[in-house]
Amino acid sequence: MTTTLLPEGWELIVGLEVHAELATATKMFSAAPNMFGDDPNTNIDPVTLGLPGSLPVLNEKAVELAIRLGLAVHCSVEPSVFSRKNYFYPDMPKDFQISQYDKPINVDGWLELPDGTVIGIERAHLEEDTGKSSHMGGDGRIHGASHSLVDYNRAGVPLLEIVSRPDIRTPDQAKAYVSELRSILVATGASDGKMEEGSMRVDANVSVHHPGEPFGTRCEIKNLNSLRSLGRAIEYEARRQVDVLEAGETIRQETRHWNEAEGRTSTMRVKEDADDYRYFPEPDLVPLAPSAEWIEQIRADLPPMPAERRARLAAAAGVPKTTDSVAVIVERDLDGLALATLELGADPGRVLVHVEQNLSGDGSAELRPDLLAALIALETGGELTATQAKQVLADVVATGADPAEVAKAKGFEAMSSDALFTAIDEIIAGSPDEWERFRTGDQKARGKLTGFFVGQVMKATRGQADGGAVTARLNELAAG
Amino acid sequence: MSDRISRDAVAHVARLANLALTDDELDTYTAQLADVLAHAADVEALDLAGVEPTTHPYPLTNVLRADVVGPTLDRDEVLAAAPAVADDRFSVPTILGEAP
Repeated sequence: MTTTLLPEGWELIVGLEVHAELATATKMFSAAPNMFGDDPNTNIDPVTLGLPGSLPVLNEKAVELAIRLGLAVHCSVEPSVFSRKNYFYPDMPKDFQISQYDKPINVDGWLELPDGTVIGIERAHLEEDTGKSSHMGGDGRIHGASHSLVDYNRAGVPLLEIVSRPDIRTPDQAKAYVSELRSILVATGASDGKMEEGSMRVDANVSVHHPGEPFGTRCEIKNLNSLRSLGRAIEYEARRQVDVLEAGETIRQETRHWNEAEGRTSTMRVKEDADDYRYFPEPDLVPLAPSAEWIEQIRADLPPMPAERRARLAAAAGVPKTTDSVAVIVERDLDGLALATLELGADPGRVLVHVEQNLSGDGSAELRPDLLAALIALETGGELTATQAKQVLADVVATGADPAEVAKAKGFEAMSSDALFTAIDEIIAGSPDEWERFRTGDQKARGKLTGFFVGQVMKATRGQADGGAVTARLNELAAG
Repeated sequence: MSDRISRDAVAHVARLANLALTDDELDTYTAQLADVLAHAADVEALDLAGVEPTTHPYPLTNVLRADVVGPTLDRDEVLAAAPAVADDRFSVPTILGEAP
């Protein structure tokens, strides 16, 4: 965690607005395709262009996906109303955007980060995406551009805007929140969550204050296209605000643009009051009131969410649910394999280590749990060292062969106790001074020399010896 | 002049709606809008505690459409109607000037 981010006495307050494009076949209010990457202005119809006489009709799938996400983040699903947000900008041909304003579909939820922090979610409402403007001249930036070219393929694509409460306190936490939300969006099937394709976009509301005092004036940061940008922008903006306030000036509420290349934010526009958008209920759409039956049907169909999967794996392995390896395994979708291996009685510690550290390559997800359990049994039975087990596992993943056979083919046969004891005796005989100090020294000296002897035995046996067995034998000889 | 709406408020609303009004027009619309608001005051005078706001005149909810792709417009035909076009896209003047 970033504890040295701000000078003593200052606290960072962050709330995030995440826009996720919903994974529908068609747009929010018309049957034009919702498809990323098509030729410009091919996925357009009269509703998309706001042509006279065209009327919006709500996409059932978009509603279902919004409810799925809402339930997954513990929101209450409410009767909702669409409104017109009026503004003049060429990214919406009809000069307004249809959004949910005072009556959003999902309210009052939360999600839990892998480290156990709970972040509140104020609302997750439906709205339509805007067209894509490319600013020509002026190096593609808004300022200095001579004209803009607009592609309306994206206009009308269904969006879910997920608004967090201002519960985030560090840049790392902001990144963890977005990462968790992305996992949930993908798990629910609501969105593909691809930040690089713009199907998930993040705006950050950043302010600073002295703990115990009211929150400071916030600035909204836009153009955050990656988790890295998000973290850097929040850090920059927090420091800027503290500098301004410590210089005795005040923060102006405004929208700021993150420049990734320059690593700084700059004023984009002074914040318009919500009233200036002149929201009013959209007369062409009737209210939305999902039935309790529909909501419960959707809830019943939801797969387990990442937090639940982490808790399940942690319980099965007997470790805290905030364990790093547990989060990594769930993030990689390998918790099913880990759970099945644990059910076969494999050692939990070794299961977590192998699945987290040694199963990132191709074919890992298809590994049979019984083969992993068999490998771990060889390891815990002393027939394979940790290093050997890792090598055997790589072959098992690639070939699907039995771990015992792979071990044999590699010549990783367990050393007999006799062979191990002989090897240890030879090393001791060759290092009488070290052995004397090991025998008579205090615990610290013995610990240090244990490393020496184990290393020597490993070298002599080309890694076939088991470190734990060597240590036990050394202590036994010293005591005897 | 009416105390229901100020001339400044009308000018503000006109600006938000991108309407350029002359001084005479501002006077006219201020008076007209005040009349409209006077009419709304009749409703305001009623005791509506406990009555849900109406957002739509029809007693309908959940008018939904299946998520099935339908026809799209021909791009060339659409762009032919645009004042300016480049690279298969609508060409528009830049809206945002330099930041204040």
